[in-house]
Amino acid sequence: MEPNGRQDDLPVVVRNLTVAYLQVPALTDVSLALPAGKLIGVIGPNGAGKSTLIKAILGLVPRLSGDVQVLGRSPALARRDVGYVPQRVSVDWDFPTDVLDVVMMGRYGYLGLLRRPGARERSLALEALAKVGMADFAHRPISKLSGGQQQRVFLARALAQDARIYFMDEPFAGVDAATERAIIELLVELKDRGRTVVVVHHDLQTVREYFNWLVLLNARVVAAGPAEQVFTPENLGLTYGGRLGYLPFPARASQAARRSPGGD
Amino acid sequence: MFANALWVMSGTALLGLAAGVLGTFSLLRRRALMGDVLAHATLPGVVLAYMATGTKAAGPLLAGAAATGVLGVLAVLAITRYSRVKEDAAMSIVLTVFFGIGILLLGVAQRMPGGNQSGLDRFLFGQAAAIVPRDVRLIMAVAAALCLLVLLFYKEFKLLAFDRDFGAGLGFPMTALDLLLSLGVVTAVVIGLEAVGVVLMAALLTTPAMAARYWTNRLSAIVPLAGLFGAASGVAGTLASQVGPRMPTGPLIVLAGSVFFLVSLLAGPERGLLVRLFRFMHARARTRPTQHRLQPQARGGDGA
Repeated sequence: MEPNGRQDDLPVVVRNLTVAYLQVPALTDVSLALPAGKLIGVIGPNGAGKSTLIKAILGLVPRLSGDVQVLGRSPALARRDVGYVPQRVSVDWDFPTDVLDVVMMGRYGYLGLLRRPGARERSLALEALAKVGMADFAHRPISKLSGGQQQRVFLARALAQDARIYFMDEPFAGVDAATERAIIELLVELKDRGRTVVVVHHDLQTVREYFNWLVLLNARVVAAGPAEQVFTPENLGLTYGGRLGYLPFPARASQAARRSPGGD
Repeated sequence: MFANALWVMSGTALLGLAAGVLGTFSLLRRRALMGDVLAHATLPGVVLAYMATGTKAAGPLLAGAAATGVLGVLAVLAITRYSRVKEDAAMSIVLTVFFGIGILLLGVAQRMPGGNQSGLDRFLFGQAAAIVPRDVRLIMAVAAALCLLVLLFYKEFKLLAFDRDFGAGLGFPMTALDLLLSLGVVTAVVIGLEAVGVVLMAALLTTPAMAARYWTNRLSAIVPLAGLFGAASGVAGTLASQVGPRMPTGPLIVLAGSVFFLVSLLAGPERGLLVRLFRFMHARARTRPTQHRLQPQARGGDGA
């Protein structure tokens, strides 16, 4: 779409980004260029600034310094092309509304101020719900959903947005195996359709299986690049600073270690 | 006299409607206590405005109320942001300090020449009988404007209350919307001061919405229902206050609202206690057969 091919190749470019909360630096001098059409995992210990990185790229938290470009524009101007799936626990699931209504929120960006959602928004939302296997739940109050269903609803909302880049903050947190499977299949499908999908992830065991591009983060970027190049014991040691009790290496980990929980 | 009562009643009904509608959003936004801080913090403003202008016309007094009310809320935000004091403690500090100053100033004002007749104490608990037709017109106009505001920004306020970050990600001006909603709440509190008073005004913001939550799971139904409960509380409270002379309307309006809440808590079809009890009994009755099936084995074990 853009005349400049580079912007399509590297939809997200971050230069020397520093973000701090109340003087405590959360991200220090982060520089990144995320490639298009990849399923990108962001991994790192708790407090490494993974959510902050996503929020800074979305323009939701103020930057101390540095520059963020999304699709060659400032984050504020690229918003319609950017889908965001916040952490599931960040909202009140007792909120008085139903599943369809939440998914329709994905279309609000197209409606703009004051305009009400209508039949078109409904049908797009229902379509998105069908994709996450929740078509039968359209009129269920969100207070009556399980954790996995909540996550699917959030995902459907992002799908309804039909963005070019997606940022997802721990979409696998607290969901059952079937939902995790369904979510990853959906992410792969998005990637195959040329969308860029950036996922904050915690389970080191599934990293190699799920993602083909990685950002290893611990306030600074430890490593970023194709998974097969950067997912090394050295880099993980640097990222987790020796706090990792075990390393998902060598190959035995791929099947056997699934029983043990993730890296946090 | 009767005509005046009707007139006042329509004022308190519209006030309850606006407070119920706006209160729904501030309750869902978890700002219920902020309304209380705001209402209490209006008292020094009312008294200061009286001392400065010497009039007891609603206009200047309510402007003063809005000024210190907003100052109180800003104080809470500043304390929470720039100190280690948590929000609940900050709210409790600001509420008591502002209200204390207000009471102190009230004492001073009443010792001023003519101060005894100022009737300022009606702002504590509300005095619907003291409301003049001009005030009612003001309340009506403002309440209508507030309902229109919610009607226009319904989708945006819902987004703000449910998932602010997502809304910001979509490019909506969430900070401005938050400010707009807060401004609406300030306005609702201020127009309610004469009828309900600073001490209890916050209850008129939250009680109708809490009651409405028991009847439905849909925000689009809660908002009008909360408005209805608020309006009915206003009418019932004003009616009851006609019984005796100089009855404070605020407590009566709030008590009427509490009755709606209690009834909802018990009988509400969505999460009312009776429905939940019934569902529990029903579920227990249904699970009994499985227990019976297990019993022979258990008895056999006991007999052996």
